Amino acid sequence: MEIQFTLNKKQVTAEVGADTVLLGVLRDLGCKSVKCGCETTNCGLCTVWIDGRSRLSCSVLAAGIDGHEVTTLEGVEEEAAEFGRFLAAEGGEQCGFCSPGFIMNVLAMKRELEDPDLEEIKEYLAGNLCRCTGYMSQLRAIRKYMAVQKENSGKEAQV
Amino acid sequence: MITIGNYVKPKSLEEAYELNQARSSRVMGGMMWMRLGNARVKTVIDLSGLGLDQIEDEGNVIRIGAMCTLRQIEQCEALKDLCGDGIAECVRHIVGVQFRNQATIGGSIYGRFGFSDVLTAFLALDTFVELYDGGTIRLSEFVNRKPDKDILLSVIVRKSKRKFRYASIRQTKTDFPVIACSVVTGMVHGKETWYFSVGARPMKAALLEKQWEIPADASEAMIADYAGQAASEFTYGSNMRGSAEYRRHLAEVLIRREMTSILAEER
Amino acid sequence: MSVTEERKNMRVVNHAVPKVDAEALVTGKAVYTNDLAPADCLIVKIIRSPHAHALIKEINTARAEAVPGIECILTYKDCPDKRFTMAGQTYPEPSPYDRLILDQRMRFVGDAAAIVAGTSEEAVKKAMKLVKIKYEVLEPVLDFRKAKDNPILVHPEDNWKSLCPVGADNKRNLCAHDVSESGDIEAVLEECDYVIDRIYHTKANQQAMMETFRTYSYLDTYGRLNVVSSTQVPFHVRRILANALDIPKSRVRVIKPRIGGGFGAKQTSVSEVYPALVTWKTGKPAKIIYTREESLIASSPRHEMEMHVRLGADKEGHIRGIDLYTLSNTGAFGEHGPTTVGLSGHKSIPLYGKAEAFRFTYDVVYTNVMSAGAYRGYGATQGIFAVESAVNELAQVLGMDPTVLREMNMVREGDVMPAYYGEQTQSCALDRCLARAKEMIGWDDKYPCRDMGNGKVRGVGVAMAMQGSGISSVDTGSVAIKVNDDGFYSLMIGATDMGTGCDTILSQMAAECLDCDIKDIIVHGVDTDISPYDCGSYASSTTYVTGMAVVRTCEALIGKICERGAEYLGCPVEDVEFNGAEVVNLKTGESITRKEIGNRVMCFNNEALSASEAFSSPVSPPPFMAGIAEVEIDKETGVVEMVDYAAVVDCGTVVNPSLARVQTEGGIAQGIGMALFEDIVYSPKGKNYSNSFMQYKIPSRLDVGNIRVEFESSYEPTGPFGAKSIGEIVINTPSPAIANAIQNAVGVTIRELPMTAEKVYKGMREKAENR
Repeated sequence: MEIQFTLNKKQVTAEVGADTVLLGVLRDLGCKSVKCGCETTNCGLCTVWIDGRSRLSCSVLAAGIDGHEVTTLEGVEEEAAEFGRFLAAEGGEQCGFCSPGFIMNVLAMKRELEDPDLEEIKEYLAGNLCRCTGYMSQLRAIRKYMAVQKENSGKEAQV
Repeated sequence: MITIGNYVKPKSLEEAYELNQARSSRVMGGMMWMRLGNARVKTVIDLSGLGLDQIEDEGNVIRIGAMCTLRQIEQCEALKDLCGDGIAECVRHIVGVQFRNQATIGGSIYGRFGFSDVLTAFLALDTFVELYDGGTIRLSEFVNRKPDKDILLSVIVRKSKRKFRYASIRQTKTDFPVIACSVVTGMVHGKETWYFSVGARPMKAALLEKQWEIPADASEAMIADYAGQAASEFTYGSNMRGSAEYRRHLAEVLIRREMTSILAEER
Repeated sequence: MSVTEERKNMRVVNHAVPKVDAEALVTGKAVYTNDLAPADCLIVKIIRSPHAHALIKEINTARAEAVPGIECILTYKDCPDKRFTMAGQTYPEPSPYDRLILDQRMRFVGDAAAIVAGTSEEAVKKAMKLVKIKYEVLEPVLDFRKAKDNPILVHPEDNWKSLCPVGADNKRNLCAHDVSESGDIEAVLEECDYVIDRIYHTKANQQAMMETFRTYSYLDTYGRLNVVSSTQVPFHVRRILANALDIPKSRVRVIKPRIGGGFGAKQTSVSEVYPALVTWKTGKPAKIIYTREESLIASSPRHEMEMHVRLGADKEGHIRGIDLYTLSNTGAFGEHGPTTVGLSGHKSIPLYGKAEAFRFTYDVVYTNVMSAGAYRGYGATQGIFAVESAVNELAQVLGMDPTVLREMNMVREGDVMPAYYGEQTQSCALDRCLARAKEMIGWDDKYPCRDMGNGKVRGVGVAMAMQGSGISSVDTGSVAIKVNDDGFYSLMIGATDMGTGCDTILSQMAAECLDCDIKDIIVHGVDTDISPYDCGSYASSTTYVTGMAVVRTCEALIGKICERGAEYLGCPVEDVEFNGAEVVNLKTGESITRKEIGNRVMCFNNEALSASEAFSSPVSPPPFMAGIAEVEIDKETGVVEMVDYAAVVDCGTVVNPSLARVQTEGGIAQGIGMALFEDIVYSPKGKNYSNSFMQYKIPSRLDVGNIRVEFESSYEPTGPFGAKSIGEIVINTPSPAIANAIQNAVGVTIRELPMTAEKVYKGMREKAENR
């Protein structure tokens, strides 16, 4: 069947089977940032946004996406790169394979939670596994990034 | 992995029900667990276009549409007002935010999975399920029914002054539970009644009801006795995550802690 | 100049430079194997044995071959009958040649029975269901304690071959055996006031790197087999593929793109042979992407080991002798079997350098479970769990603080280590590591435990560890650097960046040596046609071995730049100096820039402006570390919660503090997983239950507590800028330290991993019953 949806703000069309999952469709459409890490919804590597919410593209039927809005890392590249600089400064990307899904969920958290504390951050991101880093560097990067974001928005508010 | 012949998003419940009467049709929830099985499904029916994704406070009851996500339940103020933090507690350990943005309460309840935190929690509450054909029945009745061709439309929690606690033990924080226990108490037909629901035994949650009058200042030993009795009335099994014996012990500990917490609140 | 001053003067090394590939990684660029594979690759999948031990009697592929899009279905009849090993090791490999690409005998549930290749995943999956295989099911050997001299043989075949004298004998299910000793261990133990005599058991663990095994292959213009693979060992893969396909090595080229983690898993050529065979047979491009399930049932996990330790000491706590027997389970094939086991003794016993005698004996056995392989720590992790736990049990018996016991007995700088090939520590800050770790955690206030008053008790526990820096007298790294137009450098390495950042740290070293900005250096991923030889990234070798090759290459290159500069300046080479930017005539002050030299050598030039050097070391200087865990235990349920982990590492000079820190934090998190959760569970018939991330639980960020890392650096005179290794040692302390913390908190000693809440609970209950 043919589906139409918005991918990173562009209208796209894809021919999909009834059991095709979104992950493969997105990769075929050129969004190679979307990775498969486990097939069982446990790792978070395939995280994308559907209508603005973090979801696992490995278990979303592509057929159900017709008419919806999908965002991958490619669609928020500038913001990802900005946070990515904080991550890289801590060495927190290491192999980088889980980074796209992780960053998508960090940016979703930024939109959903106001000024989260450490425990809230950890809980929000618990579905993003990383085998390289032991997570500490990612937390350091998030806190520094959020502090700068807060400072910047404070400045904007003053202006 | 599942193989699916057709994907259909019906325009009405009637259409959904009709489609589901075929032997190889299946209604999908969040497609979390169904996808992992090896079933060959001819028609998958997606209910997401039918307005079943709302939680409504209807005065006497809270009605949770079957397609509400676990994340909606986690963040729902009405459920929090009614049940306290226990509702969020029963879902927040489930894999991750992305998963909970997708998994539905309909899928959790209809699936009647052994590991289900959601089933364990709602079973202890004054909960009903609304079925398309079968009308509204108690969850405690539904849980023991064999899966049939009916469609789960909503989960209804009747409002009353009951106290609710939920706790689980897990190996890793986002793993399936080794044991999940829920305790509810309140006045039912003028009698102080305690409900105990234990899931992941590893069998699916079962419910125990007791007319116990336990004073708020009950001694630790007395509460422990009650907890021991409650825990002993469930059966337990062994699997990779724990032995039957350990599960029984954990159930007793968690039930006691939950009872203690409820009684402390009453003091 | 003192070491401190030398480090202070470093501009690039010892600085937290972001990784050179960071931007591509954090913006999700297409840089990994599957991102790069051509769209027209045949999809390759494996039909896997449902039986732990069986012989294929018949394979009927006719119906499957008729599925539209199926290109070929290959069985054991299509493969060369020449055994090889998939272990990525220097030739001649210690691992036995015991494999065929496809074999008639199935040796574990998940063993490859047939290969299916077709134009789409759907076609291949459909065909897989239509291949009919008749098996003669045989009784398996599943208990590794009963494998040696069992009448059932895992490898009865006559063309099984062991290339090295490792004590292997396939007719005894023996993959390796050895005894090494110094002093009279029996006599020493006899004299000891205390002998701790215990058995410890560590399980197989999965590396669980986020990118599963994957490879694609194609034939190039010259008809050569090109293989792009997520591997730590491209040069070894070239040899392995030539062996497996029985073709000349010159016909094979291996390219390594970015890798999504390895941790040793990809030191075994797990996935390469399958698409390679398909491409070689069909001439068409082919790729295999392992599912997570395949990665968990047919891969290369840590060797399960059972270790019998006898540790003798006098009344004061002086450790006088250590006797260790290790039984290692290599599973169905012998990859890394003969070598991992060695580290269980060689990297644990030497921590206690004062002992008068030691003996280390081992057997490595074949069984009908998934083949083991290399996993970070490589046997040291297992041995250190056993020996460090025994030391902690000794402390308990003596009523001594386990850190004080260690202070009394630990190896120190200048000590000779008889159990470590007689090497002498030229750099060792283990004493400072332990002292600092104690300060960080607040040991003196917290040891042994604190009752938190809410049914919970917190305990602290300690362990030490060592590893090596490359395999002495074996590992070889070579490096080439060339000067290009405008004077930028190309750094060519054969070492394999698997995400941990060797492209970056080797560039840092080159930039330091060549006195330039790291941006002036470009680095190239590994291509066996182009890159200089390197045995690959394993055995904690890259920083130390390849790093030294970088230093040497830079020295040679600077000489050549000076020569060329002097020639262009028209003066003798003795008069010039290269300052990174220009060659200066010290007598006249005249100079020529690197840029100008780079451009001039491209015209009327008879000598390439490049250098290439290699390095191999007769020693393998150990990094050292101390780890202290603080755990909180629920006294009723036995649930163990990680609170804090303080780790202090001596890896010599820290080349890149942020990357080294993250490596350490990551290794500790993996170690916590091994200690508390991770287990590969088999059914009584040998089916692997731990076949997904739903069942094989690696720690999430909620499970690791707080991990804090510091460095106490010694200076290794044989290493680049005083550096030693960091990659593996970091996984070694959590299991024994957490075991000790549990012991100190609730008095329960757990000798088998993982230390689940149920084991803690049972221990507490038994203790209460025995009271």
